[in-house]
Amino acid sequence: MFAIGFLGVILRKNTLVLFMSLELMLNAVNLALVAFSRYNNTMDGNLFVFFIITVAAAEVAVGLAIIVALYRKRQTVMVDELKALEN
Amino acid sequence: MTDLLFYFFSLVALGAALVMVLNPNAVGGAMAMIVSFVATAALFVLLEAYFLAIIQVLVYAGAVMVLFLFIIMLLDVDKVEAAYRFDRIGTLAAVCGFVLLASMLVVGLSSSHLPVPPTELVASNPDVISQSSGIPFTSSSKSFGYSLFTKYMLPFQLVGFLLLAAMLGVIVISKRAAQVD
Repeated sequence: MFAIGFLGVILRKNTLVLFMSLELMLNAVNLALVAFSRYNNTMDGNLFVFFIITVAAAEVAVGLAIIVALYRKRQTVMVDELKALEN
Repeated sequence: MTDLLFYFFSLVALGAALVMVLNPNAVGGAMAMIVSFVATAALFVLLEAYFLAIIQVLVYAGAVMVLFLFIIMLLDVDKVEAAYRFDRIGTLAAVCGFVLLASMLVVGLSSSHLPVPPTELVASNPDVISQSSGIPFTSSSKSFGYSLFTKYMLPFQLVGFLLLAAMLGVIVISKRAAQVD
């Protein structure tokens, strides 16, 4: 699932789909953490997943606010049209 | 029976992830993402992390994806142009991505096993929290709350600050953009 999210981040041009693939990668890491915490018979992995979910939710909120501000400025969300930093 | 459920839910999660990445439509991708999150929550239930499964459905599939759908609705995304990158950097990055996928599959499916960790009885060792071996696994949410308030107190408080900063940041960013118009 991590590799699928990685390919999604690289290959898609829509910023929103980029963001969703990022969330997919975080989700894959959560799954791996919970599986390993169950395997090692410890609760630490579950707690870390709790924190990861919280941080990811905060990151999504801020990132989407940035995308909305970007859209208001440039009127597009396609990554190849956001070319203001290119030389 | 548990094996069958595991295969079914992991196939659903992977399939929905693929649909999300490959779908040229953003709304269809968001729907597939919700399916993937719910399937991952089912996998959490299979791994006896019940509290995390509910939190996953509530926070991820509930709040985060609804936020995504709102933003997709607000921003008009035209579907007619090509949704993927096909230039030189895109092909190089796609090759790297496929190498990553192949290496993870090869390492994950190889026959070398992880060493089994030594199991300790909790009853013979009442001093579990102060040891560095970690908190023993239970499926109740009471131990979750207990460890949050004893061992993980500092990250707990820091995440509270982080949420406050994120809220302030979102409000400031939205306000400043509105004054430009």
